[in-house]
Amino acid sequence: MPTFVLTTIAALLTLCAYSFLYKDNPFYKFAEHLVVGVSAGYYLVIYYYNYIDPNVASPIFFLRRGGEAIALGGAEWWLALIPGVLGLLLYTRFFPKWGWIGRWPLAIYIGGYAGLGISPVMQSRVLEQLRANAIPLTSVTNVLLVVGLIGTLTYFFFSMKHKGILGGLARIGIVFLMVGFGASFGYTVMSRVSLLIGRVEFLLADWLHLIE
Amino acid sequence: MRATFPSLAVLITVALGAAPLCAQVAEPDSLLPVDTDPPAAPSNLAAIDLITNNDAGDRIAITWDLSPDDGAGAGDVIEYHIWRSETAGSRGDTLAVVAAGTSQHVDAAAEPGTPYYYRVASYDGTNRSTDATVGPVAGRASFFQPTRASVLALMATFFGLVLLFTRLAQRGSELFVRRIPGLNAVEEAVGRATEMGRPVLYVPGIGEIDNIMTIASLTILSHVAKITAKYETPLIVPTARSVVMSAAEEVVKEAYAEAGRPDAYNPDNIRYLSDAQFAFAGAVNGIMLREKPAANLYLGAFWAESLLLAETGFEAGAIQVAGTAMVSQLPFFVTACDFTLMGEELYAASAYLSREPKLLGSLKGSDWMKVVSITIMIVGIIMNLVGVDAFLNWFQVQ
Repeated sequence: MPTFVLTTIAALLTLCAYSFLYKDNPFYKFAEHLVVGVSAGYYLVIYYYNYIDPNVASPIFFLRRGGEAIALGGAEWWLALIPGVLGLLLYTRFFPKWGWIGRWPLAIYIGGYAGLGISPVMQSRVLEQLRANAIPLTSVTNVLLVVGLIGTLTYFFFSMKHKGILGGLARIGIVFLMVGFGASFGYTVMSRVSLLIGRVEFLLADWLHLIE
Repeated sequence: MRATFPSLAVLITVALGAAPLCAQVAEPDSLLPVDTDPPAAPSNLAAIDLITNNDAGDRIAITWDLSPDDGAGAGDVIEYHIWRSETAGSRGDTLAVVAAGTSQHVDAAAEPGTPYYYRVASYDGTNRSTDATVGPVAGRASFFQPTRASVLALMATFFGLVLLFTRLAQRGSELFVRRIPGLNAVEEAVGRATEMGRPVLYVPGIGEIDNIMTIASLTILSHVAKITAKYETPLIVPTARSVVMSAAEEVVKEAYAEAGRPDAYNPDNIRYLSDAQFAFAGAVNGIMLREKPAANLYLGAFWAESLLLAETGFEAGAIQVAGTAMVSQLPFFVTACDFTLMGEELYAASAYLSREPKLLGSLKGSDWMKVVSITIMIVGIIMNLVGVDAFLNWFQVQ
């Protein structure tokens, strides 16, 4: 298909999406339904080729994993079969009589990920942060960092009412939070505006050739 | 004679011109003094069983002090030779040759349980020093990794606190949790939707089921579903992940059954829309404009689509309560929503709303873990000030 046709299709769909700024309308509905449908099909293919095929279908049915042959009944084969069966059991939810079976793989999935995540999270998000913030109070920056951290942690302390010293520390914490949010807001808005500029450039330059 | 004179002149000229060149040409090797001095040997050779993650006992760390002639002294050391043997007194096979300036090497091919003897010598290109020797040392598979003892200690402390407070809650002890304004707004929002006869829209984020924010969101969804079941208010739950949809269906169905209204449960209201971020956002915007929910609850993991959802909901006139631990999205929710649960308030919400002992126990446990963390940090700062590094070094994970 010629490039101009594809560019025109993309430009028209962009305008359909932007028509939402006025109000809901058939053009926006069309673009919305199109992208939802296309993304569903796209992700189905992506998930099959990136996850199901290499981890389940190829090892179980074709005895291949990562480009290498594996043995039928071997450890790698079982490591593909068991999760594959658990995944299939999720579909029992479509049969009311057997729907309770689908809770087991779900429980294994959620529990497994939660359990596996505890140690790395404790190390990376607690331990390393504590070490990094136990800094000498020899500069204004260091003092602000430590005070802000203690204040913020105090704000998220739910076991006591925020009164007295605790209330004061919590108020310091919320101030630090809001300053941080403001900076993050401004930074993100800048990046969103740059995305808008990119899209307008696409319309004016790539599609209409009004600018270079 | 005449014929040879020019030739002689040329020869003499060439010889005169070439003389300086000849002076620069290296003398034959046989004329250079031979380096017969071996470099000084490395010292303090040590070998220990290296304990790493999933340790199989097959790694031995070898360390030594640099030869005095490495970068100093004679300055002629170019490399170190390392040998490994299974018998004392024998040099064995060459394990590795490492460059000058290197003072450690890992033998990654050791047989667990086999004692080895190591020798290291410095080499200057001609001569080798005497060998430094160490051994026997054997690698052993290690069940416990001592360098991660601090992680274990913190986890044990945390689990202990959670179990303690869970037990206290189960025994009926009153565990105080301070008022969180945004959480009271959740029930008000559902009440408003019931009065207006319009649905409640609950968006559990676009995180996968293994995302802790999604799990917290599903816990709050259970509470919200019980309220909507009681008041017969339609509850719409759009999801961006198929497994999250499955989990949400289970949660809502069970909540309706617990509220005594299993007949009111409508599985068509739990919808999988799209895995694509902005396709999901577009579809949720469409739901907001067409089905006109009176209350929008955004609780979970959100990324760039957060402002799209919140702004559209604001334009549609719905009361909005948001909650996420995504720091980059909190500013947008704070700006566009009526109430926002920030960070840990989202995780506290499930315990606050349901008052279940296990959830209360984990909330209180994490609260007091914050106290432990602040204490460790303050002690670390004080130790840092007085120049004691051992305390913080213990928390260094290798």
